[in-house]
Amino acid sequence: MMNLVLAAQNADELLKGLGAVGAGIGYGAAAIGPGIGIGIVVGNAITAMARQPEAAGMVRTTMFLGIAFTEALALIGFVVFILLKFT
Amino acid sequence: MHLLATLEFPPIGHLVEWKSFLLPGFNKVALICVVATILTLLLFRVAGRQAQLVPTGVQNIVESIVEFVREGIIMQTMGPEGLSWLPFLTSLFCFIFFANIFEVIPFIQFPAPARMAIPLSLALLVWVLFNYMGIKSQGFVGYMKSSLFPPGVPKALYLLVTPIEFLSTFLVRPFSLAVRLFANELAGHLLLVTFAVLSAALFTKTFLVVILPLPAVMLVLLTGFEVLVAVLQAFIFTILTAVYIGGAMHPEH
Repeated sequence: MMNLVLAAQNADELLKGLGAVGAGIGYGAAAIGPGIGIGIVVGNAITAMARQPEAAGMVRTTMFLGIAFTEALALIGFVVFILLKFT
Repeated sequence: MHLLATLEFPPIGHLVEWKSFLLPGFNKVALICVVATILTLLLFRVAGRQAQLVPTGVQNIVESIVEFVREGIIMQTMGPEGLSWLPFLTSLFCFIFFANIFEVIPFIQFPAPARMAIPLSLALLVWVLFNYMGIKSQGFVGYMKSSLFPPGVPKALYLLVTPIEFLSTFLVRPFSLAVRLFANELAGHLLLVTFAVLSAALFTKTFLVVILPLPAVMLVLLTGFEVLVAVLQAFIFTILTAVYIGGAMHPEH
């Protein structure tokens, strides 16, 4: 790590590299929670649909709502990644 | 390393920024929006001109779209009182779908909502609409009371709940509505660009050409996935609009 820091001769290069590392780790971390959350939402929706197929329409609508709210966190992480990486 | 000399991801400005033409500020994104609006108008105009009892051709498609919005979105979230919102929600759904589907149409290949201005203006429109409907149906004080002071909470907890409700209803709602559409479309666009760039870079005379089918097949699959995302995001935007407007009209008791 120290060699890496020394190897980056000018500060700009170092800053850029660390920014890229931070962006990658940031997006990865932001995807963990929503990944688990969407898994739980869809899993439970499938259980509900299998138990009560006549309620499938209502369950599907609610499932998409749940996915939308959960997914928002991952997408905000993606936007932060884009901002860190490209600006 | 020199084997993949052409492998270079283009800077983000090349992917999402376009030159203006005809008018200042009128670029490809604006053109896609105009075309999406015209397509939406044309679709319903053509289908409605000679409406028949037994639908044929384009009338079939339009009737299934209207049926889907009525049964799948409005009846599930707003109930029968929300049926007067059917024209607005149907045109919103079609506009977002057409703006998204340009992602996979050859030689255009850009989803208009991948620029923040488009989803943001749609989200602000929805924000104005649900606040207007809330104030209209409950009065200003009643609307504020039902949205900031949810019933069934101990009195002391309002110190904590009210600021959170204020943030989530009036600030986070339009923001997340806009960011959801924007980030999905931008992510899809970048994904397709990544695999297209990779396929182009592997199209060489070296031995690397043997792994060319992997990104190329992935590109085809992702194009199909993007069609799914276009429909799904239009659906989610519309259903959230319906939930917000329905919630403002009928507060929880």
